[in-house]
Amino acid sequence: MTRTVLRAAAVPLASVVLGLVLGAALIAVQGHSVTTAYGALVLGGAGDADALLRTLQKATPLVFGGLAVAFAFKAGLFNIGGQGQLLVGAAFAAGVGFGLEGVPLVVHLPLALLVGAAAGAAWGAIAGVLKATSGAHEVIVTIMLNFVAGNLTDWLAANPWQDRSGSNIIARTPLVKPSAEIPTWGWLPAGFVLAALAAFACWFVLERTTYGFEVRSVGANRHAARYAGISVGWIMASTMAVAGLLAGLGGAIESLGVDGRFEAGVNVGLGFEGITIALLARTNPIAVIPAGLLVGLMEAGAAKMQFESGVAPEIIDVIQALILLFVAAPLIVRWLLRLRDTDDRRLTLGAGWGR
Amino acid sequence: MAAAAETVVSQAEPEVLLAGHGITKRFGPVVANDDVSVELRPGRILALLGENGAGKSTLVNVLFGLHRPDAGQVVIADEHMELSSPHDAIARGVGMVHQHFQLVPPMSVVRNIVLGAEPRKLGMIDVAQARRRVMDLADRFGLGVDPDAAVEDLPVGAQQRVEILKALYRDARVLIADEPTAVLTPQETDHLLDVLRGLTAQGVGIVFITHKLREVMAAADDIVVLREGKVVGTTTPAQTSEAALAELMVGRAVDLHGDRFESGATGVGSAVSTAAAPSDEAPIAEAGERPVVLDIAGLCTDDDRGQRAVDELSLTVRAGEIVGVAGVEGNGQRELVEAITGLRHATAGTVSISDRDASGARPRQVTVIGVGHIPEDRAKHGLIGSYSVADNSVLNRYFKRPFAAGGMLRRDRIDSHARDVVATFDVRTPDVESPADSLSGGNKQKLIVGREFADEIDLLIAAQPTRGIDIGAIEFIWRRIRERRDEGTAVLLVSAELDEVLALSDRVAVMYEGRIVATVDPRSATREEIGLLMAGATPTTPA
Ligand SMILES: Nc1ncnc2c1ncn2[C@@H]1O[C@H](COP(=O)(O)OP(=O)(O)OP(=O)(O)O)[C@@H](O)[C@H]1O
Ligand SMILES: [Mg+2]
Repeated sequence: MTRTVLRAAAVPLASVVLGLVLGAALIAVQGHSVTTAYGALVLGGAGDADALLRTLQKATPLVFGGLAVAFAFKAGLFNIGGQGQLLVGAAFAAGVGFGLEGVPLVVHLPLALLVGAAAGAAWGAIAGVLKATSGAHEVIVTIMLNFVAGNLTDWLAANPWQDRSGSNIIARTPLVKPSAEIPTWGWLPAGFVLAALAAFACWFVLERTTYGFEVRSVGANRHAARYAGISVGWIMASTMAVAGLLAGLGGAIESLGVDGRFEAGVNVGLGFEGITIALLARTNPIAVIPAGLLVGLMEAGAAKMQFESGVAPEIIDVIQALILLFVAAPLIVRWLLRLRDTDDRRLTLGAGWGR
Repeated sequence: MAAAAETVVSQAEPEVLLAGHGITKRFGPVVANDDVSVELRPGRILALLGENGAGKSTLVNVLFGLHRPDAGQVVIADEHMELSSPHDAIARGVGMVHQHFQLVPPMSVVRNIVLGAEPRKLGMIDVAQARRRVMDLADRFGLGVDPDAAVEDLPVGAQQRVEILKALYRDARVLIADEPTAVLTPQETDHLLDVLRGLTAQGVGIVFITHKLREVMAAADDIVVLREGKVVGTTTPAQTSEAALAELMVGRAVDLHGDRFESGATGVGSAVSTAAAPSDEAPIAEAGERPVVLDIAGLCTDDDRGQRAVDELSLTVRAGEIVGVAGVEGNGQRELVEAITGLRHATAGTVSISDRDASGARPRQVTVIGVGHIPEDRAKHGLIGSYSVADNSVLNRYFKRPFAAGGMLRRDRIDSHARDVVATFDVRTPDVESPADSLSGGNKQKLIVGREFADEIDLLIAAQPTRGIDIGAIEFIWRRIRERRDEGTAVLLVSAELDEVLALSDRVAVMYEGRIVATVDPRSATREEIGLLMAGATPTTPA
């Protein structure tokens, strides 16, 4: 058991190490101290309660975004639409969060989360239903829906839902009511607990339920799934809805737990990082948690690193890109580590091209 | 490099085209090849024989560079080689005809053959030259194919010829074929063996794997028998017999032909409770009193290209009866089975199963009514390669009790069920957690058969149930099919093997161009009569 886990984790771990080593080289070339930079990075991400809180807050949408990609991938679908699903989730959760008044927390907060999740699910389901009924490729559809979601939520934040208080001209909603705020317990944001629970729930559904069996069957061999009596169309549509739900929940938690409102342009890019996380986790839902934490830590510590060592925070993006490159091109890592590829199932994304 | 001197040597005719010396290959705890040595000389055909899981595919995969051996050496054209991938073997003149053809379906035959090694003129593919060279090769070796046809439109036998041409186009001096005849009709098999003979006349050496002893005796020059990864015999057709080979493979005596007329006539049908006083002499009349389980009327369906494949077909199968569908492959058998099992849309007609209307039913509904289906294409429909043996053992029944309750899978029940199937059907696997991909071809098939036999069913639809299975296991599966029939299950058997149809069936329905052209009694009809019917001769007015 531990052996198989180690073997599966070998490439991602090696990729992280390689990415950090190359990052160190880049820092050194610029004439900065690597130890100071990386030391500050870690301290800034995990040095004290504040740092930890920042890391966990950053990691939360990353975990959700990673799950949204990983779950869809189990059915052989490549969900590039995490961004759009996250945006509608964030906007609609904020809408419920500021729009309702005088509702107790036990009703208001769950309702706001639910509406955000439902918005994301609906957004994901559009791509799934189109794929199931007309064969429209989910990559194309989700990319286009990202634009639609971006413009739709911008419009919502700038027009009907705009914060009209004072002299605000920014395209953002009012702050959500306290009864819709996600609490933070010391250094532990409740949103991260939800993210971790969601990861375990995904694992459980995929591995332990008949529905998960169906999802994985469709991803592994569509023809055999049909033979097994599984409705491939239903699985594609519902899987994309679940993926959207996860991303939407991530967006809702951003609005209700971190930003306190929805603001146009603030969450842009978050959804795309889900792809990095899912790849780093090799689409294993549980592994999405450490992958999200790692990237979250780097992002949380980047400011301190710049402050103490003068290294531009963009180095974090470079390191992330390098890690992603190594994960996506395991041949390089394998060659470097002399790993044998016999036991490793290749991870081919976009299994559905042209079909 | 030292290779320079050796290259000069290999200009001359090599003594040994391809050899393995002391090859050992392990997969975890499984020793698939244990100190195996084989040798192929120019102009000879080497047949590899052995039970399912004996290590035949593993051996040829090592020789072709697909697997790296744990010990031992591969020799190509008198040279010791370290093969790191099939490219090395191909570059040295070794070609392989894979069981799952490596062809691009929509591309033309010529394009497929030259793919990756196109003749070029001014940086462009020289289509005319490519076509000419392919035609030359085809002529020289008697491999007739239409060079401009799209590969997807060709029957299996022709696709296989394209694969062979592809290897020859790359100057293969050695051709490896893993069970090339498993997917062929008897006529195509004969043609293939002729082609292989023709190749050896030009100095090509051939390694082929088969489970059919007749083919070995007819075509091989050398025979190597493997059992449990070891070579247990090296012989030639002149020095051995089919019976001796079978014994060598299995390690015990095997009754090769005793099964032929055991069917029906021995009165085993008396176990059926619904049968009123079965009489031994007239099983067909006797069957007439049992309830009809499968009733097909006026069924029409199209093939993948939209051509009518099943044409107003009507057929019934009664409880406790095996109806065999005989026919040359490609006459609508596949589409018929898919239409009954819900995998293909029927354009007209009705199907009823156990008195329930199953026209247009989905695969799930068909399963729930009580139908077992051994699909023809095990890699496409029958198994999920990355799933464990355990998950595959419930692939189409995972949702049923006791494997699931309240939407949850019950792993313990699934595992113990899988262990039962594996034990009963002698599926060779280290444990039920191993992925199905790691099973040998025949063991995959045994797993599917075992799965479909494990449930309570009223109707069994068995398409090529023993394809790729060794003779010992065929015996066993045939016996199980008969037992099922005797317990009252209706069986629709579709097989390209006339022997199998004749051995098992109580009635034989001959299919030609999408219709049942005749229904005959296998104990009175001769092979020749059935052969004629299969070729399209009408029983009443011969053409
Ligand atoms: N990739 C693999 N991983 C693990 N075990 C394997 C793998 N490939 C083959 N084996 C095991 O090695 C043994 C030999 O398999 P092989 O496929 O060579 O048998 P075979 O003689 O070709 O049988 P068949 O007639 O059924 O095709 C089997 O026990 C099989 O389970
Ligand atoms: Mg084999």
